[in-house]
Amino acid sequence: MTDLVSHPDEVRVVSKRFGKGATNIDRYLELDGYKAVQKALGMQPDVIVNEVKNSGLRGRGGAGFNTGMKWSFVPKQSAKPKYVLCNGDESEPGTCKDRLIFEHDPHAVIEGVMIAGFAVGSTTGYIYIRGEYRYLLEIMQKAIGDAYARGFLGKNIFGSGRNFDIYWHGGAGAYEVGEESALMESLEGKRGIPRIRPPFPAVVGLWGGPTVINNAETLASVPHIILGGADWFANLGPPKNGGTRLFCLSGHVERPGVYELPMGYNLKKMIYEVGGGIPNGHKLKAVVPGGSSCPLLTADEVDVSMDFDSMMKAGSMLGSGGVVICDDTTCMVKFALRIMKFYRHESCGWCIPCREGTDWLEKTLTRFHSGGGLKKDIDNIQYLSENMLGRTFCPLGDAAAMPTISIVKKFRKEFEDHLQGRPCPFEKEGKIEQLPVMAV
Amino acid sequence: MKFSDQFEQRFAEMLTHYPTKRSVLVPTLLFVQDEVGYLSDEVIEEIAQRLDLTELEVRNVISYYSMLTTRPRGKYNVQVCTNIACLLRGGEELLEHCETKLGIGHKGTTADGLFSLEEVECIGACSWAPAAQVNYDFHENLTVHKMDKVLDEYKKRATQ
Repeated sequence: MTDLVSHPDEVRVVSKRFGKGATNIDRYLELDGYKAVQKALGMQPDVIVNEVKNSGLRGRGGAGFNTGMKWSFVPKQSAKPKYVLCNGDESEPGTCKDRLIFEHDPHAVIEGVMIAGFAVGSTTGYIYIRGEYRYLLEIMQKAIGDAYARGFLGKNIFGSGRNFDIYWHGGAGAYEVGEESALMESLEGKRGIPRIRPPFPAVVGLWGGPTVINNAETLASVPHIILGGADWFANLGPPKNGGTRLFCLSGHVERPGVYELPMGYNLKKMIYEVGGGIPNGHKLKAVVPGGSSCPLLTADEVDVSMDFDSMMKAGSMLGSGGVVICDDTTCMVKFALRIMKFYRHESCGWCIPCREGTDWLEKTLTRFHSGGGLKKDIDNIQYLSENMLGRTFCPLGDAAAMPTISIVKKFRKEFEDHLQGRPCPFEKEGKIEQLPVMAV
Repeated sequence: MKFSDQFEQRFAEMLTHYPTKRSVLVPTLLFVQDEVGYLSDEVIEEIAQRLDLTELEVRNVISYYSMLTTRPRGKYNVQVCTNIACLLRGGEELLEHCETKLGIGHKGTTADGLFSLEEVECIGACSWAPAAQVNYDFHENLTVHKMDKVLDEYKKRATQ
């Protein structure tokens, strides 16, 4: 069981049943469980779609697309079956929120999948959970089984004459599978290679049928919108950024943890008040605001609202809610290298700019961190990264490039401090093998 | 090949969940690996046959997923995360400590077959970093001292 934290500024919507034993279906029912599904059964599909659209709910996986809008792209008539797919392949470094949802409130995800299904005219949902989260797959298996046993899933749900099936599905270790088209490939039993779009999954998805794919947190928000209303949800955050978010504070922060805060909460306040500031008298250096694929913010840039539009304006992204905080003892070259090592490892190799780009960048950054870098490499890192942007089937290439570009731009001096055989100023002497400076 | 009743039951049930047989492949490979220890040639042949796939098609899928392995591993696979959130809170030191204590490197296995070690990417424990997984169990907010206790505990469990 993971440790739960709390702060007075929290607004508990998605996390309101955390720590309350809601994995037990009777307890869940006591806590307003399955009321949203029953209400939604009496609503016209268009009304559900509009309600979610007007709530300002945007994709919690990172892209931040309006959820109701996404649902409205699913054609009303389809020769092939339609599907709802819950993305629980949480793997963006810095992000550990869906884990809590599955651990504490699995039935909320089930309700979200069902309501999405009612909205788009689908009767089948899949809940995909990453392979490492085996205990959560077991929790979800039990929750689905309990829902079937009560007649909440299966045939004639709640005596409505309608049917709905949900199946669990487990991954086996792959970051890229969190990308929607790779997720479908994986569910179909293949390598998680992305598909070219268009056609978008809403039109041609799982086994060729129209498919709605939403993040677990997005779907877990839906029942609350159905019960509380679009206006209530929308007003929790700034315009067009409805609701709350599970922010995962990690790194150099006094009180790390997952906190549910209103959309638009100030990042500086989040770090210093909610998270308790930087430990051991150190100073803030940089923040990854929404998972490792987001451009980093410097200490001077953190006075910003944490909503999709404000973060975009600030030159970064709200992403998946993973807030990773770096103090002034952090070597940004090493940080960039660790991020690139990850993307090189996770790149499937399908698109050349990503496959080659991440490999070259990892090599260049390794050499740099070991004191073997050349001045021209600084611009070369940026050049290589920029040439990956928008040139791949899925955004993994962008995800590798964006933080790297921001680190080179914002912390150029740290790269210069590593130049011409100088050892990393942040590492203990002799800790890294010194590489020779390459001949020009 | 003979697998456990639990596996067979789940496998049969899963086949009813999807419009195509092949869709069960990824979770099935992990479940079978949990029983056999690794995806041996015999396992691959068996799964391919059951799902009307070629062995190559199964191998292509195996090589994509980082949790799947075609080589035997130790009874306890120690997976230490060194991605950014863990890096900032001592993930690398933790990995180094495990390497020294177990006397093996990345993807190595101890001579007694008890432990394997792996440096892994983000396991979703960022707010409780540094973290490691031993098989499927999460161990969080680790220190070198706590890690020692964790490893000793598994060692004890194996000899009981």
